[in-house]
Amino acid sequence: MDSGNEKVVLQAEDVRRALVRVAHEIVERNPEPPAPVLIGIHRRGAFLARRLRTQLEELLDAEVPLGDLDIGFYRDDLQRRPDAPVVHASHIDFDVTGRTVVVVDDVMFTGRTARAAIEALFDYGRPARVQLAVLADRGHRELPIRPDYVGKNLPTSRAEHVHVRVSELDGVDEVAIEAATVETPA
Amino acid sequence: MNHLLSIEDLDREEIERIVAQAARFAEVSDREIKKVPALRGRMVLNLFYEASTRTRSSFELAAKRLSADVVNFAASGSSVEKGESLKDTVLTLSAHKPDAIVLRTPWAGAAELVSKWCSAAIVNAGDGKHEHPTQALLDVYTLQKRLGGIDEASIWIVGDVAHSRVARSNIIAFQKMGAKVTVAGPPTLIPRGIEALGCEVRWTLDELDGADVVYALRMQHERMSERWVPSLREYAAWYQINGRRLGPRQVLMHPGPVNRGVELSGEVVDSPQAVITAQVEAGVVVRMAVLYELLAGTREPQPAPEPQLA
Repeated sequence: MDSGNEKVVLQAEDVRRALVRVAHEIVERNPEPPAPVLIGIHRRGAFLARRLRTQLEELLDAEVPLGDLDIGFYRDDLQRRPDAPVVHASHIDFDVTGRTVVVVDDVMFTGRTARAAIEALFDYGRPARVQLAVLADRGHRELPIRPDYVGKNLPTSRAEHVHVRVSELDGVDEVAIEAATVETPA
Repeated sequence: MNHLLSIEDLDREEIERIVAQAARFAEVSDREIKKVPALRGRMVLNLFYEASTRTRSSFELAAKRLSADVVNFAASGSSVEKGESLKDTVLTLSAHKPDAIVLRTPWAGAAELVSKWCSAAIVNAGDGKHEHPTQALLDVYTLQKRLGGIDEASIWIVGDVAHSRVARSNIIAFQKMGAKVTVAGPPTLIPRGIEALGCEVRWTLDELDGADVVYALRMQHERMSERWVPSLREYAAWYQINGRRLGPRQVLMHPGPVNRGVELSGEVVDSPQAVITAQVEAGVVVRMAVLYELLAGTREPQPAPEPQLA
């Protein structure tokens, strides 16, 4: 889907390999049982978390609890947006207290989503530790937060857009960078 | 949406949006910390000129689950008893800069009036015999959860329609959601011209077995200044929903508080057909959805109250 001012930087196979590598790193960092739990951030992070779980369960030969989280109510710009955003239900059907929680998101950008996710998570219990896994890190952090596992570092300019697509929602697995829209004479 | 004054102001899409948002809030009550910071720093003022336990407490709980601050102001034991007018009370309390005022009064149209006096979002929590829109929303939510949807459902609203703001709001809301509504009760308690709302009218319960949902209304002694029925016993003989009249596949609703032995027999209150406790539970999540809809995001600037001569 390379069209116009968009450049695909990760193809389906690259996405798969990146997730396999992240899964191995998670296992390396968390060798002791109990297995870590995975919580994906709505919406694409939730699908990526589901795939990581398959990998992790194979590597660990143990069950890895999976949840998803919509951080809408915890956004720091909730009172600055023109409309109340539609927020989906979160599903965390297990106790996170005392567990290692790996939060999974598609793109790491300003760090504000990660902050909101951490705040939301603590309303469900007190995890032993929280780690952050992202498919793509595009930089431009505005908070002192860094990911523990990165599928791919993507140097971008602030004006560019990063699109992560997953086959469940978008029909294809890929990561693309859309160039800043520059006004060009017709 | 700037205010919630009447169910008539909402179209089907808006009702569906609030109900869907409410369903998502249901999960918050299962958490270890049963609140989200969505409305942190916002202030909700409960201004109640009539006795109310469940509506006031469920608005309070809804606001607190969203991390808003809540101030309760009951008319009894306040400056109102010293003769302060509704307008003066509202203007005085507006000095505290509430973001929303939840208002219950015995006067039809009061909520709309108040919305013109101050810049807060007004939620009508019952105005006289006029409307009670959040009750209608939570009833739609409860029925959707129980039946999956209410398109084409036959809903009978039975009892004291004349004194009931719940009946009025629900007739409108159920029909907007595609249901067919019939009101039934003694002629003295069915307002003349109610058909104009689009519902059918029956004086007896003979055809009640055709209903998918039976919505019994409370006999409102407190709103009846004269005799509307010969006696409550005679009313019960003709219109009480009991085990003999309620079918096993019908859904039974009631806005509470129930007069056991009057509009409902004790056996049906505790029957599996009854969703009366589910209605109370729905009250909190639906009111969370309403407050969220009104208060999250930047509110459109409200016209400043027009200066008026007293």
